[in-house]
Amino acid sequence: MKIHEYQAKEILRRYGAATPRGRVTADPAEAASICEEFGGRCVVKAQIHAGGRGKGGGVKLAGSPAEAQELAASILGMQLVTPQTGPEGQEVRKVLVEEALDIASEYYLAVTLDRQIGAPIIMASAAGGMNIEEVAEENPDAIVREAFDPHLGLQPFQARSVASRLGLSGGTARQAQKLIAALARTYVEMDASLAEINPMLVTGEGDVVALDAKMNFDSNALFRHQDVREMRDLAEENALEVEAGRYGLNYIKLDGNIGCMVNGAGLAMATMDIIKLYGGAPANFLDVGGSASQEAVANAFRLLVGDPNVKAVLINIFGGIARTDRIAGGVVDALAELGDVGIPVVVRLEGTNVEKGREILHSADFDFIVASQMGDAAEKAVAAVKELA
Amino acid sequence: MAIWVNEETRLVVQGITGKEGTFHALGCRDYGTNVVAGVTPGKGGQEVEGVPVFDSMDQARDKTGCNATMIFVPPPFAADAIMEAAAAGIELVVCITEGIPVGDMLKVKAFLRDHPTRLVGPNCPGVISPGVAKIGIMPGHIHLPGRVGVISRSGTLTYEAVWQLTNLELGQSTCVGIGGDPINGTSFIDALEAFAADDATEAVIMMGEIGGSAEEEAAAWVQANYDRPVVGFIAGRTAPPGRRMGHAGAIVAGGKGTAAAKMEAMREAGIHVVESPAEMGRKVAEALGA
Repeated sequence: MKIHEYQAKEILRRYGAATPRGRVTADPAEAASICEEFGGRCVVKAQIHAGGRGKGGGVKLAGSPAEAQELAASILGMQLVTPQTGPEGQEVRKVLVEEALDIASEYYLAVTLDRQIGAPIIMASAAGGMNIEEVAEENPDAIVREAFDPHLGLQPFQARSVASRLGLSGGTARQAQKLIAALARTYVEMDASLAEINPMLVTGEGDVVALDAKMNFDSNALFRHQDVREMRDLAEENALEVEAGRYGLNYIKLDGNIGCMVNGAGLAMATMDIIKLYGGAPANFLDVGGSASQEAVANAFRLLVGDPNVKAVLINIFGGIARTDRIAGGVVDALAELGDVGIPVVVRLEGTNVEKGREILHSADFDFIVASQMGDAAEKAVAAVKELA
Repeated sequence: MAIWVNEETRLVVQGITGKEGTFHALGCRDYGTNVVAGVTPGKGGQEVEGVPVFDSMDQARDKTGCNATMIFVPPPFAADAIMEAAAAGIELVVCITEGIPVGDMLKVKAFLRDHPTRLVGPNCPGVISPGVAKIGIMPGHIHLPGRVGVISRSGTLTYEAVWQLTNLELGQSTCVGIGGDPINGTSFIDALEAFAADDATEAVIMMGEIGGSAEEEAAAWVQANYDRPVVGFIAGRTAPPGRRMGHAGAIVAGGKGTAAAKMEAMREAGIHVVESPAEMGRKVAEALGA
């Protein structure tokens, strides 16, 4: 789960991290008064979940309260397009107004999971503010890494080592150590999957501040973090994905036109892959769960045909615990309720009770395209879309 | 022969009194597994369809001599259940539970360092030695005793491969679902090592997924240590980048998380990589000259 920058900073401050003074608002007039409070100079920052906001014109420096008001008015409500939003962009509903600090140097600082060693790891670089993936690609030695034991916590010598390898010294190094330790504790105690400060700023006076912050959380651990659950902003998420989540379905929207319904994440990915292999493009990833219930299947089917981009549906179910006759029943129920869906539906059923399942499809009042195996199903779905074009 | 699950397996089911726990405990027994006990704290003394229920793993171990466990405990309590099993000296722990926090699994990993227990999963379909016994939720009837070892990070994709092998009459020696979580107990390499020591396993299918670098490590291991045929498939070539892997997580992997990179590493290691998941079984037949 993702949260906004202002929320991530709120959490970091609880752990003793230094951040710029700032407040969030949806009102341009209030932006002016916040700016006034900070001495008449401020930064107005669009609050959306996607990164790269500065590049899209969502982060601006204001030299006066009047200018802050003007900038806030122009940023609020805009469709902000960044490299991470896709071409349609994301509507800005809130801005964070922060005091403007002078920048001497910028660093990258993050904690994430190193799956290979099975421990959290600090990643830091003196090339702050830049695209860290490019740094990793072009100059991997420029990235400082320090794994730590999540149960013992990051030790002070480790924080000192990171600061020193970033080239910091004296009071600045001590402040950086404090920020690094705060970030590591936040990551572990809040069950984050990513805690990132980019950039970590060193001011002209040598002070260290988290200028920007990003935090993602392990969805599986949200049951013990009521405060984080309350920070969820559904307006930032894809509407279809939110709806799917309500039905307990795992759904991700993609660019293609073949809607996929599959049970199990691995088989769902493999189905997308085989569609591509036969020259088609999947409209989504949709896992109805390994033990797909009839109701989940009916909801999933409604969701798929409700997407205007979907020109054909491919249902690929390998019934184990999930009985294929129930799944066929769920699809037929949904069709009966929806009436004429007007698009071809390719079905491949295999596994438990498959004969009964196929019989249900045959006797339904709808002309299913029945496929015998995965390759056959993909081929038929791709052909069905081509026929329509 | 087979690996890990066999005639000696004496199974306890943790969370046996829950709906799923009961259903799959009986499913395993119907398949031929010796199900000797169940554990649900607070429900000791009860019975589930003739299977005695105990309050703790220690009691179950003492009274029944169980040596393997299957866990259906809900996610917030599953890590505790794994550690309790390890502390009771259970040799094989198969954790079916999906949705355990990563932070909890890191605790489990630390705890298991001091125990000889093998953990399979979590978030996996389990382990089956066809015709002998199963510990898991897979449908037994699609399997056929045979020559091929199967290792996978996914459930239903495993069934797909199994079904292809059954239709080709190659069958399976043992199928191991290692689970789809970022932190798990048994790796591809652990399973490959066990298959290498098993004479009945003439070839292996390994099915990976995008993310992490377990497949690359397994490929390097195969190249250095395993001379029977291995067929590989990686799911997720068309998955959008960044949706599953966090920003900084992708950096740690250093370009190793993509399907293309994994397939390339496997090819370089001499693994027979299939582009289409519909071709896994046929590729094994080809490699075995069957």
